[in-house]
Amino acid sequence: MAVRRRGLQNFDSMRFRRMDSGPIVWESGRKRHFDAGRRTRGGILPYMELLPAVAVKHGNVEHLKTCCNNVKRGCSVDFLFRNGRVIDPANNFDQIADVLVVNGVVADISPMLEVSAERLAGVEVIDASGKWVTPGLVDMHVHLREPGEEYKETIETGTRAAAAGGFTSVACMPNTRPVNDCAAVTEFILARSKEQGACRVLPVGAISKGLKGEALTEFGELREAGAVAVTDDGRPVTSNQLMRRALEYAKVFDILVISHAEDLSLAEGGVMNEGFTSTLLGLRGIPNAAEEVMVARDLLLAELTHGRVHIAHVSTEGSVRMIREAKSRGVGVTAETAPHYFTLSDAELIDYDPVFKMNPPLRSRDDILAVKAGLADGTLDAIATDHAPHSVIEKDVEIEFAANGVIGLESALPLILGLVREGVLTPMEAIAKASSNPSSILGVSSGSLRRGTPADLTVIDPELRYILDANAFYSKSRNCPFHGKEVQGQALMALVDGKIAFSRMHR
Amino acid sequence: MRRTKKDLLGVRELEVEEIEHILKLAASLKEINTRPIKKVPTLRGKTVVHLFYEPSTRTRTSFDVAAKRLSADTYSIAASSSSLVKGETFLDTLKNLEAMSPDVFVIRHPVSGAPQRLARRTSVSVVNAGDGMHEHPSQALLDLLTISERKGGFKDLTVAIIGDIYHSRVARSDIWALTKMGARVLACGPPTLIPPHLEGLGVRVYWRLEDVIPQADVLIVLRLQKERQQQMLLPSLREYSICYGLNRRRMELARDDAIVMHPGPMNRGVEISPDVADGPHSLILDQVANGVAVRMAILYMVAQG
Ligand SMILES: [Zn+2]
Repeated sequence: MAVRRRGLQNFDSMRFRRMDSGPIVWESGRKRHFDAGRRTRGGILPYMELLPAVAVKHGNVEHLKTCCNNVKRGCSVDFLFRNGRVIDPANNFDQIADVLVVNGVVADISPMLEVSAERLAGVEVIDASGKWVTPGLVDMHVHLREPGEEYKETIETGTRAAAAGGFTSVACMPNTRPVNDCAAVTEFILARSKEQGACRVLPVGAISKGLKGEALTEFGELREAGAVAVTDDGRPVTSNQLMRRALEYAKVFDILVISHAEDLSLAEGGVMNEGFTSTLLGLRGIPNAAEEVMVARDLLLAELTHGRVHIAHVSTEGSVRMIREAKSRGVGVTAETAPHYFTLSDAELIDYDPVFKMNPPLRSRDDILAVKAGLADGTLDAIATDHAPHSVIEKDVEIEFAANGVIGLESALPLILGLVREGVLTPMEAIAKASSNPSSILGVSSGSLRRGTPADLTVIDPELRYILDANAFYSKSRNCPFHGKEVQGQALMALVDGKIAFSRMHR
Repeated sequence: MRRTKKDLLGVRELEVEEIEHILKLAASLKEINTRPIKKVPTLRGKTVVHLFYEPSTRTRTSFDVAAKRLSADTYSIAASSSSLVKGETFLDTLKNLEAMSPDVFVIRHPVSGAPQRLARRTSVSVVNAGDGMHEHPSQALLDLLTISERKGGFKDLTVAIIGDIYHSRVARSDIWALTKMGARVLACGPPTLIPPHLEGLGVRVYWRLEDVIPQADVLIVLRLQKERQQQMLLPSLREYSICYGLNRRRMELARDDAIVMHPGPMNRGVEISPDVADGPHSLILDQVANGVAVRMAILYMVAQG
């Protein structure tokens, strides 16, 4: 039984000395940033931060070992999180408080919660001071690749990556093989998640059979089987008529229609954003209008049908502007963006590295600013990763031939927290965009710490500075554009249904 | 020797002094090509592998002649490049060839950036013989040599590059080379064939040929690929030829001492008329001769470096 050492590879050269009380200090800190972090925190780093992360599946958590080897079927342990900053946007709650989890549900939240001694006996108390305790994060746009491309990712590895990144629910896109366009595939995904998943999986069905853009799938059956939304993500619904019908028909089942907004003729042959860098590199460009033409169409059709459309992975200034305008008129639209669209620009492609190739492409600095403004004013409701694992077979080739997509589950949280440090979002807004907003857009009940609800909960250290190491990720794939980047903020623990899905905390 | 880089990947990363050094070297090596025995032992024992993922008889032959005149052993490998052909990748091929200890790879590849990517992963010197729409440095350097021979330098010189700038690696390398050397560069073509933000490279953009011809000391005419019609970029070759073809009537607008160049192969009657291509302003055959000299200089530099 190997202990999986995660997140510490960068710091192998350092030595820790354990203090009597548990905390440890650096003896030789060669990484200056880490040292600086330490000083701001009074000279010591809490011990928990420096432990290798522990995967429950591998049975490393001592007292859980005897009674469970699977997170979904694990025994219930009750938890009391003491003194954390509890940020629960759904209930407009942001203060230092204690959270009691009993029998898998949120039993109580209150400052200085009084728990009787005998009650406390069966409860694991976790000191969360200096940490954030939030509803479990919800990623409404991931590609888990199973069924069909298990060499890139599986439901098991993808959900493990999700939990390690602080996510307790992920919505998986239907462009698998076979396509998730019928109940049988949706049911397979749910069954597999129940067996092997580290977090909740919310299947998203296809809009059209086989993603061919020709005929609607059976939304009713998909909904019944457990699909939370429909989309042809990976490609647009090119027929305006089919998109209109999808938005109308979805109303019967109150199922969300997610649009991958891309005009294929404008984007044809494109490798990266159309701009100065594409001209410099001699690469065919994808203009902003390739996205915006379709966003405009979808907004018009949402208005026409009084339907509800969700625009996936918004990357351009024009899209933000049109969505903002449509929202102001009451059009039924919500939208998401991804961390790479507010963090990286098309200038990253200067060395032709396919790890920066994705669809929509990384845009200009002006687009980054517009996306941030859209997040700040609520035009963009959610932050989703568009986690798109690819192996070296698809990625380590000439840039024109390389597949689109980046992984994001294990890098998203620090980048979202970066928006808080920049002053773009308040902590409450940041957590909302990564939990309660996507939950309510999808119509699922997670994303809230309301008493009596299943305890999907994430503990976050907003201060911890470290270097993202894609080689230490739980995801099967390594196509992370942030590899080697110094970031701040990390998920320490994720509870799903009151059970530990992932933990880096010393307990 | 000033140069320490192992590769020649593009003009963009060359310093002015490096460009001047290559031109001086090429000018001195050019003399070899006029000897009865056109061979020197400079690169004896060195191995140059031409790896062409795109057919190009002219450039490959020019590099091959250059390498052989320096007494290098040369091998040519014609490969097909396709995202759909699974199996051995570009890098696999290169790693296999690397095991045979060559000294220089001369690479032509249809994807922009492919030689750059390779150069980062091999200790063998890489010479870019044209990558996608990105760069074609040896062409730009031979253009510089040709221009400087006739004009004596680049200061106060106005060079017009005419045609399909968007898809042209020659245009990009020429723009880098000429602007670095201090020439004023104009780009002329229909807006469908001008890439966005081209002005950012330090050139002025024109849509009408009549506006640039009178200003230019040098007219570089680019080849028009016939498939551009199918890509909705042009209505017809006929209209392109009418609006952008360099013919004798248009050359009446030109300065008496203006020179006309073309990287080849030409579409006679499309972007250039035969009487201009073969006329008194044309330096097209000088370019071919200078191509060998410049490529000798390039191979000498990377193989000796
Ligand atoms: Zn998409």
